Amino acid sequence: MTFERDPVRIRRVLGDKVQFIQGDMAVAYGGLLAGCSFFGGYPITPASEVAEGMARLLPRVKGTFIQMEDEIASLAATIGAAWGGVKSMTATSGPGFSLMMENYGYAIMTETPCVIANVQRTGPSTGQPTLGAQGDMMQVRWGSHGDMEAIALCPSTVQECMDMTIECFNLAEKYRHPVCLMTDGEIGHLREKVVIPDEDEMDLFERVLATIDKDKFIPFSESQTRDSKVPDFPTFGSGYHTYVTGLTHNDKGFPATDKQPDHERLILRLTSKISDDREKLTSVEEIELDDAEVAFVSFGASARPCESAVWDARKKGMKVGMLRLKTVWPFPRDVVTKLSKKVKKIIVVEMNLGQIYHVVKEYAVKDCEIVLAPKVGGDMHLPHELMEYLEVSN
Amino acid sequence: MKKEIRICGFGGQGVILAGFIIGKAACVFSDYNSVQSQSYGPEARGGAARSEVIISDEKIGYPRPIGIDIMAAMAQEAFDAYRGDLREGAIIIIDPDLVPRNDIGTPIYRVQVQKIAEELGNKIVTNITMVGALIGITKILDTEAVKKAVIDSVPKKFKELNVNAFEQGLEAGTNARPE
Repeated sequence: MTFERDPVRIRRVLGDKVQFIQGDMAVAYGGLLAGCSFFGGYPITPASEVAEGMARLLPRVKGTFIQMEDEIASLAATIGAAWGGVKSMTATSGPGFSLMMENYGYAIMTETPCVIANVQRTGPSTGQPTLGAQGDMMQVRWGSHGDMEAIALCPSTVQECMDMTIECFNLAEKYRHPVCLMTDGEIGHLREKVVIPDEDEMDLFERVLATIDKDKFIPFSESQTRDSKVPDFPTFGSGYHTYVTGLTHNDKGFPATDKQPDHERLILRLTSKISDDREKLTSVEEIELDDAEVAFVSFGASARPCESAVWDARKKGMKVGMLRLKTVWPFPRDVVTKLSKKVKKIIVVEMNLGQIYHVVKEYAVKDCEIVLAPKVGGDMHLPHELMEYLEVSN
Repeated sequence: MKKEIRICGFGGQGVILAGFIIGKAACVFSDYNSVQSQSYGPEARGGAARSEVIISDEKIGYPRPIGIDIMAAMAQEAFDAYRGDLREGAIIIIDPDLVPRNDIGTPIYRVQVQKIAEELGNKIVTNITMVGALIGITKILDTEAVKKAVIDSVPKKFKELNVNAFEQGLEAGTNARPE
């Protein structure tokens, strides 16, 4: 499979530079801009518009859209396309994300670069299809069995849906890892202004392909050509002999399932290639934190009412700020630890019954009070509901 | 300036497109920030549907309305269901042919948008007529910006019909008085 990314054609297909579109469509736009040329998916509310967008757009840039029979096959096809040499993605919501867990682990184990957009809705099971939630934040971290790292980004605006999808592709290629865009039904269906970046406003990280002599190539070790724990990529059909398996494998890629050191060496490389770069690859936004005594910590849709609450509190003269996690996984530990040393109280705001709250608690210093502001049922927190958490503390 | 706007009706009337046009006029063809959200039942046609737009000259945090400043209703069921969170002094616009039970004790604007659309030859443009009426009454956006958004958002072969609908709605709205 070959694909030549054509920046002029992509922009012609996307149309006007400034548009008013839904978050889901912005995910599709981001995919196109990043050079994604394969989408394997299965429609599901509230993620269907990502598939619709890709079905409409991808053929026009000479890409491929396939509607698979289910979400297991969708991610399998996405993984296969990546091994065929292209940038690939899928999109889904809770029930589909659950089905994808098996192949999510397979992508991690086989070091397959690809992007999964999860437009979260409430669960468990089929839950509330049309309504947003943030209940899969631990599933993306721990939903597949075994030891692993995860990379997950959370957009709070429609513009970020596009920008972060591009960033997801960059991280997927850089770390050879499935990267998840953890958006939600609220942002997915919201319409806002987006500005499509010009080519010179974008940084794309392209896959590092194997170039070493074919008989010296080792497919599953640290890179043989640069200082990186991420091996160079041997595209299927390029002549590099590669055996790809979800079984624990030696650095040639062949199953090596009965010796502890083989597994330990592999898993430590797979996890440390990401955790070594944790603070470098995580991104946060700090709002009014300079003199803050109380801080919200939030991400994705729920950061929106948080920001409103910060403005309302500031108008009342309260020293309140917020930390918005743009990257949730790997967790920006150092930033949270530093924040907890500075403020008296942190309120973790999320559309679930408490997931990232526990992680904040883990990395905050003991004398900072950590409070959970949960909400489930498909509605975002209202700004005044969040104000009540501030007022309790004063 | 911050306005929270709700356009409601039944599914299939184009309330989402109406909200989309106002949101697009505000942030693409004017210098405001805007967000548009929607909610509707599982049915593709029928059932109460609503489209909500926030227009502001400041950054928009919480993206859903908290108190409605402007409500336009094109179906009785939607008018009855979605007026619980109107702000005091909110501007209410209805089509009396579509919302016959509209006496709620406060002055409202009554514009026969569906009748205007039918006289133009197709009631499918009732929503665009309502956008015109809403802009004529509230003057929240420059009419040229909204017209551009209408043209940009409808199929090319129906451009003239939609522009006519917008302009006639605009005129009817400009002349309307709350009663």
